[in-house]
Amino acid sequence: MPFGNTHNQLKMNYIAEQEYPDLSQHNNHMAKVLTLEMYANLRDKQTPSGFTVDDVIQTGVDNPGHPFIMTVGCVAGDEETYEVFKDLLDPIIEDRHGGYKPTDKHKTDLNPDNLQGGDDLDPNYVLSSRVRTGRSIRGFCLPPHCSRGERRAIEGLSVEALGALDGDLKGKYYALKDMTEEEQQQLIDDHFLFDKPVSPLLLASGMARDWPDGRGIWHNDNKTFLVWVNEEDHLRVISMQKGGNMKEVFTRFCTGLTKIEELFKEKGHEFMWNEHLGYVLTCPSNLGTGLRGGVHVKLPNLSKHEKFGEILKRLRLQKRGTGGVDTAAVGGIFDISNADRLGFSEVELVQMVVDGVKLLVEMEKRLEAGQSINDLMPEQK
Amino acid sequence: MPFGNTHNNFKLNYSVEDEFPDLTKHNNHMAKVLTKEMYAKLRDKQTPTGFTVDDVIQTGVDNPGHPFIMTVGCVAGDEESYEVFKDLLDPVISDRHGGYKATDKHKTDLNFENLKGGDDLDPNYVLSSRVRTGRSIKGYALPPHNSRGERRAVEKLSVEALNSLDGEFKGKYYPLMSMTDAEQEQLIADHFLFDKPVSPLLLGAGMARDWPDARGIWHNENKTFLVWVNEEDHLRVISMQKGGNMKEVFKRFCVGLQRIEEIFKKHNHGFMWNEHLGFILTCPSNLGTGLRGGVHVKLTKLSTHAKFEEILNRLRLQKRGTGGVDTASVGGVFDISNADRIGSSEVDQVQCVVDGVKLMVEMEKKLEKGESIDSMIPAQK
Repeated sequence: MPFGNTHNQLKMNYIAEQEYPDLSQHNNHMAKVLTLEMYANLRDKQTPSGFTVDDVIQTGVDNPGHPFIMTVGCVAGDEETYEVFKDLLDPIIEDRHGGYKPTDKHKTDLNPDNLQGGDDLDPNYVLSSRVRTGRSIRGFCLPPHCSRGERRAIEGLSVEALGALDGDLKGKYYALKDMTEEEQQQLIDDHFLFDKPVSPLLLASGMARDWPDGRGIWHNDNKTFLVWVNEEDHLRVISMQKGGNMKEVFTRFCTGLTKIEELFKEKGHEFMWNEHLGYVLTCPSNLGTGLRGGVHVKLPNLSKHEKFGEILKRLRLQKRGTGGVDTAAVGGIFDISNADRLGFSEVELVQMVVDGVKLLVEMEKRLEAGQSINDLMPEQK
Repeated sequence: MPFGNTHNNFKLNYSVEDEFPDLTKHNNHMAKVLTKEMYAKLRDKQTPTGFTVDDVIQTGVDNPGHPFIMTVGCVAGDEESYEVFKDLLDPVISDRHGGYKATDKHKTDLNFENLKGGDDLDPNYVLSSRVRTGRSIKGYALPPHNSRGERRAVEKLSVEALNSLDGEFKGKYYPLMSMTDAEQEQLIADHFLFDKPVSPLLLGAGMARDWPDARGIWHNENKTFLVWVNEEDHLRVISMQKGGNMKEVFKRFCVGLQRIEEIFKKHNHGFMWNEHLGFILTCPSNLGTGLRGGVHVKLTKLSTHAKFEEILNRLRLQKRGTGGVDTASVGGVFDISNADRIGSSEVDQVQCVVDGVKLMVEMEKKLEKGESIDSMIPAQK
């Protein structure tokens, strides 16, 4: 977490060697990239809101990582972090996002009409479909660094904007602070409720400060469009429903997001976005589209096939258990989603999910029938 | 934890109302004392090292407390915190330390010869004796706020000082970072090893940053004198042994402490101390002597007596389970120690323990014989 130490006036009395963190046991993107020289160059800088390099890296220093899982190990405290600390963040972004260069441009496409198909994934296999992303509101610091006043302002603005949605998107806001027991139980039953983060990765970056002040959940009456306010990002936007109609999910996603963005603009606030990084979010892993689109799909046979990992890789997809990141699959049901975030548009990423899952289900049916899938093996996308 | 937000340059753009924390669900000393007016007055101040009021209170905002346990809810980041934020900390100190006033003077007495008796507590009842305190090294920020460079400097100075001790104090330092498995096993078996804090109260104050960098354990060869470096305070000093010879434990404690202090003074880094607050430590609950002197004692009968609590109260003692604070007693064995920290000297406090435990053991023996203890109930000390 960006601690007072990161704003400790005495630290500049110590030389870079004395202040440079010990990263010898560490395995995260930040530790791979941050050299003593780089730290020496960056240690006396700060963004306009006062975020320092020690703020950026504290979570990575405190969480050495896992030998098999490569965590990012750094966060942004505001939009300018990505500029002021580009010497550190550009190589991390490149490493994390498949070689994305500082000169590359990112394309945004939230036009659901550009998605081909996606309305006919077999519901005997595809149990549910979901698309999520995050958005940051320009002019405010991000969750690791925002003050209580800023966080409350973000909540106020968000609730106003969401309150103006109508039709299929009409809904209600539930502040974590004032939730009744019934509301809480209902939100748990709907699998909507988020709670104070417990992951040391998140806690160490400071985003759980002042919990639950300024945090809440908004969802539409139909329970197909959900917004988390002030959790890991200013906004997390989720469109979801049972079955395999990803086209409908994505259409609602795009429509909802675009409407929310308009409403914010009407009040003089935009989302953080630039043509290099796309949408700017707290964690460098979520830059670009910030989009994870996926399905819960039954693949008991395919998941045991020796080429399962390879197939996913070629399709630019990843698997998770049905509890989300870092959980195990239950009953042969997997969460399959896009692996990329940056360098591809929203439409492109959801297209990969739609096309890829369609193929995976075909393969599953083949294997059920005792047939080979060799002729179905895809090329690397 | 003192987070970057506490050093967020934008927060002063928001009104006091917008920034003042919501303390409605809170039950800690900070929440009882901090008014909006006080916050308004303090919010733009900082100590010379850059510690702000938001840094002081973050742990108390993030940890509303317990309905039955009154936590402090604030920490100091340096020596000057107690001066710059006296409007907040003086009333917290007064409330926590039995009405200790802003004008009161604290007496330090580490002359073990002033302790009367204490060498003859019955070892059939008193299983072990222990005295601990903390010390902060002048010129460095405290664990919630110190930089890596500062923390390493504190470690280096401490190790130098400790390694120059001889006679019964001759010993060795074990840094957490480079401990071998064998050393770790031994330290666990000796009940000496400390690990990264898990309490959200401590984590919320930022003292676990960069763990385990510059943390370690030093102990003498006899395993009767132990120093923790850079855990909750710069130094935690512990003297302990089996049996009831508290006099010997206290003598070793005083002699060891004074030797260490001399060495630090030679390096122009004495301990933080002033005549109002005594020894300055991270948590306001440990000001004054920072001393907890106690025994593990068998009080199977007395502990079930209706007047047990009242007796402890009058003797200015407190009970804990044998696992330390917030644990339950096992087999009728209790940890009995002084309740006070400030306003009485080290000798005074250990005298309370020695006299009080002697009395309680006599009461226990009476109850064992089926006799009454009514005539032995003490007056309020």
